[in-house]
Amino acid sequence: MAIENLVYERPEAFTDTPTHYCPGCTHGVAHHLIAEVLQEMNIVEKTIGVAPVGCSVFAYNYFDTDFVEAPHGRAPAMATGIKRVMPDRIVFTYQGDGDLASIGMGEIVHAAARGENLTVIFINNANFGMTGGQMAPTTLPGMKTTSSVNGRDVETQGYPIKVAEMLSTLDGVGYCVRRSLHDPKNIRLAKKAIRTAFETQARGLGFSLVELLSSCPTNWGMTPVNSLKFVEEHMIPAYPLGDYKVSEAIKQIKV
Amino acid sequence: MPKELWKGNEAIAEAAVRAGLEAYFGYPITPQTEVLEYLSRRMPELGRTFVQAESELGAINMVYGAACTGVRVMSSSSSPGVSLMMEGISYIAGTEVPAVLVNVMRGGPGLGNIAPAQGDYNQAVHGGGHGDYQPIVLAPASVQEAIDLTVLSFDLAEKYRAICMLILDGPVGQMMEPAEMPEMKPIQRANWDWATDGKMGKRERRVLSSIYLDPIEEEKMNLRLLHRWRAIQENEVRYKEYFLDDAEIVVIGFGTAGRVALSAVREARAEGIKVGLLRPITVSPFPHKIIDELAGRVGAFLVTEMNSGQMLEDVRLSVRNRVPVEFYGRMGGVVPFPDEILNEIKRMTASKLSVDANPRDAWLDRMARI
Repeated sequence: MAIENLVYERPEAFTDTPTHYCPGCTHGVAHHLIAEVLQEMNIVEKTIGVAPVGCSVFAYNYFDTDFVEAPHGRAPAMATGIKRVMPDRIVFTYQGDGDLASIGMGEIVHAAARGENLTVIFINNANFGMTGGQMAPTTLPGMKTTSSVNGRDVETQGYPIKVAEMLSTLDGVGYCVRRSLHDPKNIRLAKKAIRTAFETQARGLGFSLVELLSSCPTNWGMTPVNSLKFVEEHMIPAYPLGDYKVSEAIKQIKV
Repeated sequence: MPKELWKGNEAIAEAAVRAGLEAYFGYPITPQTEVLEYLSRRMPELGRTFVQAESELGAINMVYGAACTGVRVMSSSSSPGVSLMMEGISYIAGTEVPAVLVNVMRGGPGLGNIAPAQGDYNQAVHGGGHGDYQPIVLAPASVQEAIDLTVLSFDLAEKYRAICMLILDGPVGQMMEPAEMPEMKPIQRANWDWATDGKMGKRERRVLSSIYLDPIEEEKMNLRLLHRWRAIQENEVRYKEYFLDDAEIVVIGFGTAGRVALSAVREARAEGIKVGLLRPITVSPFPHKIIDELAGRVGAFLVTEMNSGQMLEDVRLSVRNRVPVEFYGRMGGVVPFPDEILNEIKRMTASKLSVDANPRDAWLDRMARI
C-alpha cells in the first residue's frame, strides 16, 4: 500500500540511535525540532553542536553533525572558541537549566553580551534531571525536589531565574524567545522559533536563544500527560511565553 | 633575524603569533597581562582571533572549543588564574586535543602576591586537574628560551595531542633581554583526522568528548595516554648542562632559580670548587635519566627552587639515596641572590653530608636561623 500522505518521518539529520531519554520526556521533541530545522535549512554538513552536562549530555549521539561535549555550563565558551575560528560554520549549544542557569550563568551571559553569533537551545524543566531531580535555579517556588523536599522556600533557597527575560536586556542579543513543548500547537511554534534562531546565526545577526519549557515526568513523579499539564498550568504562568527580544533585522526573516 | 630587545611576556606573544597562533583567549592577571594586551592589538591586525574572556574558566573553555577544530590556540594566565583553568585542562587532556598554556607564576597560595615564584611546579608537573593525565611542561630561564619554547610548545602539543604548558616565573615574563624572533610562519591548517571542523560533505561526523562511560573504555583511554606519555618521556626530555664534566657537586634548578644558580656556580668555579649545574628545560617529562647517571659519579646534589622543594622530590626519586641531596629554596616571591646559593655550595664542601638527612627539614632548620 502506497503512503499517500506522509505526515511524520525520522529526520535524516538524526543518526540511527535509540533514545536514552525517559518515556514522556520532551528532550526528544526538542531534538527532533532541531534536526528538522538543520535539514530544512540544509546546514547539517556545516553544523557543529556543543553538548552540555545533564540529561542531554548524550545529545551528540543523535545528530548527524560534528559534536563536542563541554564541561558543565561551559558550552557557550566552547562554542565561542569554535565559532570564532570557524565563522562560516553553524554552531549551537543545547543546554539544560542546571547547566545554563546555574553553573554556566557566567558563560551564557557573556557569550550573549559579546553578541557571539551562536544559537542556544535552552531546556527549562525546573530541575537537575540527570542527577535525579534536585532543585535548579528554575525550580518553581514551593516545588518539591530531592534537594528541596518541603518545596522550594524562596526565603532560604531564592527565586527562580527568568533566563529569556534576563538575557533579552543585553545589546549583543539578536533573538531571545520562550516557547513551550506541552502540546502540538506550541511544538509547531517552538519549531518556528528554532528555525528563526538558526536563521539569525546564518545571517550573522547576533546571539540567538530559544528557551523551551519542558517536562520531566520521571523526576516530577508524574505521568507524561500530567507533566505536560503541569507545564501548561504551572510553568507557563511563572515563565510566560513570548518574544523577549527580536531585533529589527530578524523581524524581516520569514520562516 | 637580528636580535631585538624584547620583554618576556610580549616575546612569548609574538613568538606564538609567528608559530601560527590562530586564536588567543585570556583574562587579565599580573604578572602575565602583557601577553593579553599585546595580542589584543596583534591578533586583530592579522585577522586572527582574540577574545578577552569573562573569566579564566571562560578562557580555557574557549581554548578547548577552538582546539577541537584543530587550529593553533593558546591562553596565558598566572597562578590563581591557572587554578581556575584546571577544569578545562583536565577536559583538554581527556579529549586529546592540542593546546598551549602559559603560566607566569607568582607567590602563593591563595591570592599571594605578584612577585616571582615557582610554587606551581607540582600543580603543573604532577597534574592539577582531576583524573589521570600528564601535561608536557617547559620551563624557560631567559627571554630567548621563552621564545624558542613557545614555538616548540605548539609542535609538541600537536605531535602528542596533549596540553603543553610553559611555566615561567615573574622575571622571565617581566624582564627585557636581547632576543631573536623566528620568521613569521604562515597559517597552515593541518588536515587532522580527529578535528570537529564540520563534515562539509566530505566525511562521516566526528565527536570529541572526554566521556567514556564504560570503565573498560575509559581504562583503554587511560592506557593510550600513558603509552603516549612513555613516548614523550623517550623523545622529549630537554635540559642544559653547565660544567658537569668534572663536577663533584651538581646544582639542579629550573627557570630563574636555575639561572641564579648559574651565577653562583661560576663564582664557585672561580674559587676552584668543582661544581656544575643541571637546568631542566622540560620539567615534565622530568630529566630522570641524566640525574640517575650523575648520581653514579658525583658526590652530592643541591636542589635550588623558588618554592618549598617541589622539584626536590623528583630529584630524590632519580638519586635514590645513593648520594646526599641538599635543598635551598626561597618562597613567597623572594628571589635568591647568587651569594645565598654560593654559600650553600661552600657549606656542602665544608661539611660532612649524609644520605639519611631529610633535605627539606635540614633546610627549614637553617632557614629558622636566618
